[in-house]
Amino acid sequence: MHFNIPILSAALLIAAAAPLHAENVIVYQEGKKFSEAEVAVKVGETVTFTNKDPITHNVYSSTPGMAFDLKQQKPDESTTITFDHVGEATVQCAIHPLMKLKVDVQ
Amino acid sequence: MLQIACRVLMLLLAGTMTVAAAEPRPRDDMKKDFVRPAGVPYPADNPYETHKVNLGQMLFFEPRLSGSKWISCASCHNPGLSWGDGLARGIGTDMKTLGRRSPTILNMAWANLVMWDGRKTSLEDQAFGPVTSPAEMNGTIEEAVARIGAIGAYQAEFKTVFGDEGVSARTIPLVLATYERSIVSGEAPFDRWIAGDQTAISDDAKRGFDLFTGKARCTGCHTSWNFTDNGFHDIGLPDTDIGRGEWLKVESMQHAFKTPTLRDADRRGPYMHDGSLGTLADVVDHYDRGGLMRPSLSNMMQPLHLSGTEKQDLLAFLGTLTGNNAPVTVPVLPNPQAARN
Repeated sequence: MHFNIPILSAALLIAAAAPLHAENVIVYQEGKKFSEAEVAVKVGETVTFTNKDPITHNVYSSTPGMAFDLKQQKPDESTTITFDHVGEATVQCAIHPLMKLKVDVQ
Repeated sequence: MLQIACRVLMLLLAGTMTVAAAEPRPRDDMKKDFVRPAGVPYPADNPYETHKVNLGQMLFFEPRLSGSKWISCASCHNPGLSWGDGLARGIGTDMKTLGRRSPTILNMAWANLVMWDGRKTSLEDQAFGPVTSPAEMNGTIEEAVARIGAIGAYQAEFKTVFGDEGVSARTIPLVLATYERSIVSGEAPFDRWIAGDQTAISDDAKRGFDLFTGKARCTGCHTSWNFTDNGFHDIGLPDTDIGRGEWLKVESMQHAFKTPTLRDADRRGPYMHDGSLGTLADVVDHYDRGGLMRPSLSNMMQPLHLSGTEKQDLLAFLGTLTGNNAPVTVPVLPNPQAARN
């Protein structure tokens, strides 16, 4: 049997990282905007950020207890974040400060 | 603790999937991104009013806002020099050189965060920044309000606009910001080309536009009619100033500075936040090399491998962004004797 190693690796990576029974919300970066202004997730659920713009973006939050920094996210790149604390995270693009999103974690 | 669960890269699948590369947009389609706006945006909480513009212009040229009564906003933002000062770095109190180049204030009505490092959230928020900076105008808000409020002509004009509040720490920034929003770059040959005049710019410049929007990757940051994304990028200049990184502690903001407009660029050298590049040709060479490699360097910065002819075409294009700016009348300030007391 011949396995397609890159696809298998990606699938395993996704499977290993996603919490069981958790829901995932997808947010796109397109036209220098997040596709949603606000999303709601439950503790342990995830948000995937997919850059559909032809330029580099950043995604970060400096909300206390919920801080993260995705550094530089290239076109076509996707990154999934698990939110595991109750609260409201303000998520922004440091490169393009008008890009803002609220993640309400319940 | 919040955690990054996984980073799924398209690169991982690159060996097994064919990702359709985006087709380059035709020039005529690309030109639609650069149409000048019909009007100037003024915020609802500080709307346009002619009296405010006039008062703001007077205060912009008013040296009594500074501790020494000698430096005005116009000292560094000189309309004769496309609202900059033509120096590598500004000069402030006691003729001391400042840390960064004085940026133009052209087209600030379309800005959101203000200053090279974006530390001010609006023009109103910024107005007293230079006034109270010990390095720049070395004054205080209280002193500025008292001095301006003691001059009869100012009192009357402020009362006309703001009623009994008159001259205050709130109203001075309102008029300065309104005046600054009224400062808009004049129509340039590029604008006439965008509007349909095919003879407005040379064939060299048209090829430069294609490079600007294509191979040279300039529109990664210099977007729209104002040629800025109002964003912050580390473009790899080898100085120690961390710029936006001082205010926002994320990796990509270290050494990042606000994208400046390119309007009137060929009149505004030297260039960059530190004035380290003397000519636009130097700037093009910098981008062609790709900048200093470090973690914060924008990944849009990559060696471009431009030919000599391509660089000349880019420079020809940049030259078409200089507008036919109307001369600016310096206002007559009230009670000039007080400036010498």
